[in-house]
Amino acid sequence: MQPVLEIKNLRKSFGAELVIDDLSLAVPVHTATVLIGASGSGKSTLLRCINLLETIDDGAILLDGVEISDPEIDPDEVRRKLGMVFQSFNLFPHMTVRDNIALSPIKVHQKSKEEAFEISNQLLKRFDLLDKAEQYPDRLSGGQQQRVAIIRSLAVNPRLLLLDEVTSALDPVLVNEVLSIVRDLKSDGMTMVLATHEMGFATQVADQVCYLESGTIIERGTPNEVIGNPSNPKTKDFIKRVHQAGRL
Amino acid sequence: MAFNNSWSPSSRELERRATRSRISKRQFLIAAISSIIVIGTLLSVTITSPGWEVVKKTFFDVDYGKEVLPTVIKGLWLNLKLTVIGSICIGIIALSLAILRTTKSAALTPFRFLAAAYTDIFRGVPLLLVILLVGFGVPALQLRAITSNVTILGSVAVILTYSAYVSEVIRSGILSIHPSQKAAARSLGLSSAQTMRYVVLPQALRRVIPPLLNDFVSLLKDTGLVSILGVIDAIRAAQINSSRTFNYTPYVVAAILFLLITIPLTRYTDKAIRGSYSRQSAEGTI
Repeated sequence: MQPVLEIKNLRKSFGAELVIDDLSLAVPVHTATVLIGASGSGKSTLLRCINLLETIDDGAILLDGVEISDPEIDPDEVRRKLGMVFQSFNLFPHMTVRDNIALSPIKVHQKSKEEAFEISNQLLKRFDLLDKAEQYPDRLSGGQQQRVAIIRSLAVNPRLLLLDEVTSALDPVLVNEVLSIVRDLKSDGMTMVLATHEMGFATQVADQVCYLESGTIIERGTPNEVIGNPSNPKTKDFIKRVHQAGRL
Repeated sequence: MAFNNSWSPSSRELERRATRSRISKRQFLIAAISSIIVIGTLLSVTITSPGWEVVKKTFFDVDYGKEVLPTVIKGLWLNLKLTVIGSICIGIIALSLAILRTTKSAALTPFRFLAAAYTDIFRGVPLLLVILLVGFGVPALQLRAITSNVTILGSVAVILTYSAYVSEVIRSGILSIHPSQKAAARSLGLSSAQTMRYVVLPQALRRVIPPLLNDFVSLLKDTGLVSILGVIDAIRAAQINSSRTFNYTPYVVAAILFLLITIPLTRYTDKAIRGSYSRQSAEGTI
């Protein structure tokens, strides 16, 4: 079956610095692909390239078989099918939680205000945040903000969800409330690509784990292979350092 | 809560309260004494100065002040009209210029260039010069379609100059919004125009309200400069009256009238801004 996302020989550099080097990846429908690797290994850049926030230098990105890295394609059209959640939440501080969620359904997907609020309310209810609907984001805890950001990206039924270290700005207690949403989405069959430092979580949720170093995938496989029993010495070293940091 | 009823402050807490009230009493006393000394000195220096009697008569003549009040108010009415009409035009032009200069649309490239040139020129030329050039230069062209009404030409000059100032303030607000906000909006599928309209501008404008208010107050005062073209505003009305009688009270009357408008305006806006911030922010206001 055709993968939802296919990346072929991707290359991206910022000036003289090569950030992604000949990277290829396929993400089948209803699966979660987890990107692990040290900071600066290219995980975030890869996600930003998929979302067309960066212009690639070579290779191709295909969404449902269509090349979205084609400069002729309308990036707004592509992004309508993608959801993206950022490390720093990036909620809109001048809008209430409900308006944050309803913005894209109303303005991009031409839903009526009532419909959009109905969608927001259902999602907020499902993730236990309905009482925060009228609040402004700054009044919420970090975990709540990130849950709202995830809900915001879900409100338009994305074909593919991109999660960029969504728990890195949270304290350990709040991490769990965010991760449990991601687990729920995974069991709903959402197709996802996530960058994370949470190895335990990666093991639970991933169908495919990719270890990135210097912008290329050094090792890929099931969580048990890559995290549990890595074969590449570089991956081994990384997993060992994560162990020592007590993050597994 | 029932357990609160049984609580009574400890002796240490009572001591602390007594100390706090002693300190605040002392602070109040210090503030009062220093105010009396400073204000008293200023007053006594003024009143005991050799020229005070003359100054009192020529600047603070209450009866004469009452007499000229209607004509000064009539002049002030013009300042107010120019300010209100001007700020609407300025708002529209400045916003368009600021948006134009911050977009990347290829079709707008020549306009972007013109907008930059416009702001550079009108920010750099003194307002008085622009008023003179427009007020005397445009009628000299003797074009039939263009008015030679100096009030209108004067306001056009003010609008041209202030649009340049205000567009720079708005532009700095737009540039101060973190790129991650734009990334989030674009990721949700919003076009760049929608991102500007719904995400960037609302935050940017809120941020620049205090400097914009500054410009609004300046505008109110600078509308008086059109009087150089022969229009009678509050300052010109005061000037006419005082040059007739060699009494400067009309100037003081005009100054007081300006203050009566500007002070409540700034206070009210400060309050409004603080209110909108504390609703959004967990930190509230300090």
